Amino acid sequence: MLHKPATPSGKDPAGPYKIRLGIRMFIFYTLFYASFVALNLLSPISMATIVIAGLNLATVFGFALIIVALIEALIYDWLCRRKEAYYQQIEKDSAKKGSA
Amino acid sequence: MAIIIFLIFVVIVIGLSLYLGNKTKTSSGYYAAGGQIHWGVNGIAFAGDYLSAASFLGICGMIATVGYDGFLYSIGYLAGWIVALFVVAEPLKRLGKYTFTDALDANYNSSGIKLTAAISTLVVSICYLIPQMVGAGVLVEPLLGIPHIWGVLMVGAIVITIVATAGMASTTYVQFLKGSLLIIFSTILVGAVVMRGLSTHPDQGGKVEFYQYASLSASKTGDTLTISESGWDVVEKVKVSADLEFVRLSHNGLDSWWSLSEKDGSLVIHETQFEVEKPDGKWINGAPASASNQLRLVGNLEKIMGDGNVETGKLSLFEFLAILTDKETLVRTWKSASFVDDGGQKVTVYYSKIVSGDKLMRPGQKFKVEGTFLERLDFLSLMLALFLGTAALPHILIRYYTVPSPASARKSTIVAIAAIGFFYILTLFMGFGAMVNGSINPADSNMAAPLLARTFGELLFAIISAIAFATVLGTVSGLIVAASGAVAHDLLDRYLKIKMDDHQKVRAGKISAFVIGGIAIILGILFKGMNVSFLVGLAFAVAASANLPAILMLLFWKKTTSKGIAASIVVGIVASLTLIALSPELYKLYGLNPANAPIPLNNPGIISIPLSFFTLIIVSLITQKEKATSKSL
Repeated sequence: MLHKPATPSGKDPAGPYKIRLGIRMFIFYTLFYASFVALNLLSPISMATIVIAGLNLATVFGFALIIVALIEALIYDWLCRRKEAYYQQIEKDSAKKGSA
Repeated sequence: MAIIIFLIFVVIVIGLSLYLGNKTKTSSGYYAAGGQIHWGVNGIAFAGDYLSAASFLGICGMIATVGYDGFLYSIGYLAGWIVALFVVAEPLKRLGKYTFTDALDANYNSSGIKLTAAISTLVVSICYLIPQMVGAGVLVEPLLGIPHIWGVLMVGAIVITIVATAGMASTTYVQFLKGSLLIIFSTILVGAVVMRGLSTHPDQGGKVEFYQYASLSASKTGDTLTISESGWDVVEKVKVSADLEFVRLSHNGLDSWWSLSEKDGSLVIHETQFEVEKPDGKWINGAPASASNQLRLVGNLEKIMGDGNVETGKLSLFEFLAILTDKETLVRTWKSASFVDDGGQKVTVYYSKIVSGDKLMRPGQKFKVEGTFLERLDFLSLMLALFLGTAALPHILIRYYTVPSPASARKSTIVAIAAIGFFYILTLFMGFGAMVNGSINPADSNMAAPLLARTFGELLFAIISAIAFATVLGTVSGLIVAASGAVAHDLLDRYLKIKMDDHQKVRAGKISAFVIGGIAIILGILFKGMNVSFLVGLAFAVAASANLPAILMLLFWKKTTSKGIAASIVVGIVASLTLIALSPELYKLYGLNPANAPIPLNNPGIISIPLSFFTLIIVSLITQKEKATSKSL
């Protein structure tokens, strides 16, 4: 006997879309993060370059990694909600048709 | 003041736990708060769970002592949430019931997975518990004036009460409360730091007189060192390493240790602080240690953009960082070295080093990114483990079962990213604030943030310390819920199939919480003095090695088998723990020479994570036949 979730969730037609989207956004962020690590390893001196308002590349890149994570998260949520709403609408429409 | 605020907080937390305890009667309520927590509350509770002693005490302390390198932990810890959000959150919510093991085992019903995943949960939770308990002891010492051991015992007792009364429900609200307070008051602290601005003579608003460390010039003839100023005699010289030498001087009948450096061909000796273990107890700076004779708090700017006598006044956030980044800004940083003197007494010297701002504001002071291949590999290994560790931490993963739907799991992760990301940006200001405001205890960097708060008055210190204490409570509660779930739910109920009704399952969870809490107390006492952020970094490496390959391959590789998952977990745990045990940092802890450590890396992730993935793939491919047979049956 398999162990079922505490709060069973119904079928999610948007699931495959969300997985694809998630992987793409994950790859994008991973490359961004990897470039930060690589830059530190391959050209550590460049991290001291002043980029803007007296802040160096290390600080700006570090803040960017945090801020981009949040922006990506918000975009991901917005796209997921849009897709979920789309499928909910289709479900509603087909339910209406069925009852008619 | 500090004690009153601390007690108020403890009373609120225990009162809340007892109130919720009356409502928690089922195993679903105990392990997953009934799966009905609102995503917004869960998101902040995620932050409360995740922003542990390592984040608040460890990262701020590390930034305060080594600069930007400490901020790398903030970046890595936050980046790990991207893995949790994009890859793990929703699928894991769909698969699991109460624990991370449930999710891994959802499609297999394999006793191998149940056993190994439960052990993995226990190992990772205990690795993570150690730094939290160490942090608890560190906090209570200055806050309540009681020894480290009592701090650890007190946290252990309160946390066991929280978890044993209402499990995940009380844990969630304690974490929510703590997460909110931590972010609010850290913001206030950062505001106070930039409002005060920077000074080359920080005196904590006139409360503490700035202490200027002395330097003396010296000359050397052959092996004989002579101090230029009269009345100073060289008693003893100790060469700790090729570029680190100390001298014991006698002046007016008092002995003191000084560090020796050579600049532009001339010798200079610099005043230090020092502790000597004498037969009659510890001596600090030449006098017996007492409540009034402790190490002086340190950390100040020697020059601000080339000027040695400046008070900037109020600054903007960017101006604060820009001044510190300037190469003409010089910071007095502190390090320590231990050795045995001629009289056979153990001496620990805290010596200063002037570092320019441009060097402190980029990686390199702790992580040798310009060093040897192995030093660079160690850095890469740490950044890999931080990135992959978050989504593999059992106490974080179980929070996905406290919300009603996969969409709520996603939304709560986004709230967590916003809250945690904001807090991590604040760590840079708190850490550097401590570095330049004379608020670092040179013997223990972990207290940098609360001591920074003390420079603004006892009230802020009391609040920040109480929050830091709550930080430990929140995270330890989550860890104990995760670990007790692994014992009572995964091992007793599901692996050993011990017949229990719902009430007995809750009782088993509570008894497990007591036992694990007891283990945490012992470990917290044993590991006193280690930097908590470093220890958490290791817990991340174990989690990323043991759990992440299993989670990712289960979700994205159809050929994954139960034996492959179980084997990868075992290899991940064994490899990461072995590599850690044989690392230079642990050799230091054993009292051995770190240069003799058989594994030259401090961070094992770069070896153990790929090894765990590789094991899963190989074993899964070998056991494909069994998978096909079980399917056809």
